[in-house]
Amino acid sequence: MNSKTLFYIFKRVLLAIFTVWVVITATFFIMHAVPGGPFVGEKATTPAAQKAMEAKYGLDKPLIEQYFTYLGDIVFHFDFGPSLKQRGRMVIDIIFDGMQTSLVLGLFAAGISTLFGIILGAIAALRRNKLIDRIIMVITTAFVSMPSFIMGTLLLVTFANVLPTNGSSAGGMILPVVTLALYPMAYITRLTRSSMLDVLGQDYIRTARAKGVSGGRVIFGHALKNSLIPVLTYVGPMLAYIVTGSLVVEKIFSVPGIGRAFVNSITGRDYPLIMGTTIILATLIVIMNLLTDILYKVVDPRITLE
Amino acid sequence: MQKKKFTFHIDPADFMPASDKEKEYMVQMRPSTTFFKDGMKRLYKNKVAFISLIVIVLITLMSIFVPMFWPYSYEAQLGNQPGKPVDPSYSNLAPFEYGKTEQKLIEQGEVVFPHIFGTDDHGRDYFIRVVYGTRISLAVGFFASIIVLIIGTAIGSISGYFGGKVDLVIMRIVDVIYSLPDMLMVILLSTVLGLTLDSAIEGTVFEAIGSNIISLFIVFALLYWVSMSRLIRGQILSLREQEYVLSARATGAKGRWIIAKHLIPNCISVVIISAALQIPSAIFTESYLSFLGLGVNAPMPSLGSLASEALNGYQSHPHWLVIPAVVISLIVLSLNLFGDGLRDAFDPKLNA
Repeated sequence: MNSKTLFYIFKRVLLAIFTVWVVITATFFIMHAVPGGPFVGEKATTPAAQKAMEAKYGLDKPLIEQYFTYLGDIVFHFDFGPSLKQRGRMVIDIIFDGMQTSLVLGLFAAGISTLFGIILGAIAALRRNKLIDRIIMVITTAFVSMPSFIMGTLLLVTFANVLPTNGSSAGGMILPVVTLALYPMAYITRLTRSSMLDVLGQDYIRTARAKGVSGGRVIFGHALKNSLIPVLTYVGPMLAYIVTGSLVVEKIFSVPGIGRAFVNSITGRDYPLIMGTTIILATLIVIMNLLTDILYKVVDPRITLE
Repeated sequence: MQKKKFTFHIDPADFMPASDKEKEYMVQMRPSTTFFKDGMKRLYKNKVAFISLIVIVLITLMSIFVPMFWPYSYEAQLGNQPGKPVDPSYSNLAPFEYGKTEQKLIEQGEVVFPHIFGTDDHGRDYFIRVVYGTRISLAVGFFASIIVLIIGTAIGSISGYFGGKVDLVIMRIVDVIYSLPDMLMVILLSTVLGLTLDSAIEGTVFEAIGSNIISLFIVFALLYWVSMSRLIRGQILSLREQEYVLSARATGAKGRWIIAKHLIPNCISVVIISAALQIPSAIFTESYLSFLGLGVNAPMPSLGSLASEALNGYQSHPHWLVIPAVVISLIVLSLNLFGDGLRDAFDPKLNA
């Protein structure tokens, strides 16, 4: 860790903080630009009751004051205010509840997809242009071209009678995890394959073979290790997306996760929940991207930082 | 002349008109090829890419022309004639089945156009709904990628060419947008814009496709140009150090001229390839949003919304789900394969 690296990390952290601030600000002002306000759709609200509601949630104050209150609450208390539609619950509690389910789901899916992706990719690269390589490439191309909602519904239709499809039970997690894992797995397979082919053509592989290193050592010690660097850059952000972005999968299998909370908050126009979910998910993704970038540098010292 | 090798005398024979035999060396054995022709030739040879292209063209032509002569429309509920009670025999028809009144007509010897994919639960012809859904998906993909192309190229080339502070500011903006979670932002913006736009587009042609799709375009224009502009910037940065740019500048060419005449044509292949690969990603996004109920307005179908509606009755009517799923996968797959083929054919760096 020389001073240049430290400076780079410092710069990236600043940029990440700035990005999160942009997300908070943009979300806040976008949500407040919506005509009508959150209580318009409510049944049987007299103007007086509406005034009272707005006063209770602080919506009658000037916009800029609301903004700084909101920002301050987030930064100092990690408080996103109460939910408008689920009375008596705080936004942060709803998010944490959903997060627990989504996190388990996402971690399983990420683990499976990374493991199998690397194995399949390595096999495809080592057996280049053989039958097994062709089969792997055809299947992964098909998976990459299939939107997750189609994959999910097809799995649902196929296995509806064999496996539990309700995502809230433990056994019901199998199908959502598989659905979530298939796309990244296919992507990682392709990535590993091309990167491994690249590495196998390098001089140091030939040198290693020439000096009599065994085949297994060449593959695991030299080729695989070096070809995983591009994979790493994909896995970091993928982890964040898989944990946060499983909106569709959670809808199909009715998993009570954060994705479903987000979609419900949007269709139900639960403003604080929309804002809270957006901000927390965005922050997670920004942090994962940051970690990936730094890790990238640590793993491969040849990479020069701008 | 051979004997006096180092003489300064000039041999007059060197200045005689060329004989026919000498001219033969100058004849072109085959016509010179341009970069474009060369790439096209490679593209033709790539069978996978060529078949994908045919599939795309076929699907596109069908989605444009089939609605023109198809006897049913995407929103007409066939069992619901004005002045009569709703005829339930038209709902949920299996492929190639007919409603009651249609069967009577057939018995009378008339020809009734078949419902190739049957009808949906509202008694609407499912085939034409799939065709319209394809149309929407393709249109979204195509226009979104054009928007991204224009904005990304403009900003990327400005940033790359002028460099310095302009570049710094633009690249920081790009960095921030790049790290925004795109799907969340798309959903957020399209919800909010949808509410604002609903009143603005009332009564115009845009009403049929709905504010969600318009806001999807706006979101694309706001967020998705960044990767394109990064790409262009990188290209321009390496291109502007080339000698021909120096020579253009030496002869007095201005910035706009150099960008338009020298830099953009030279990175056009990279631009087109990434624009082609942008289309499937836009189609993905649209179907994803439609699936979540944030896409096109009913009754206009899109492939995503068709799949989403079919999810409720998938056990009794699996074909409602399978057909849009197959169509969308086919479109995305062939676009991806074609884009890969384009890249192989036109990216000179890979041709080594």
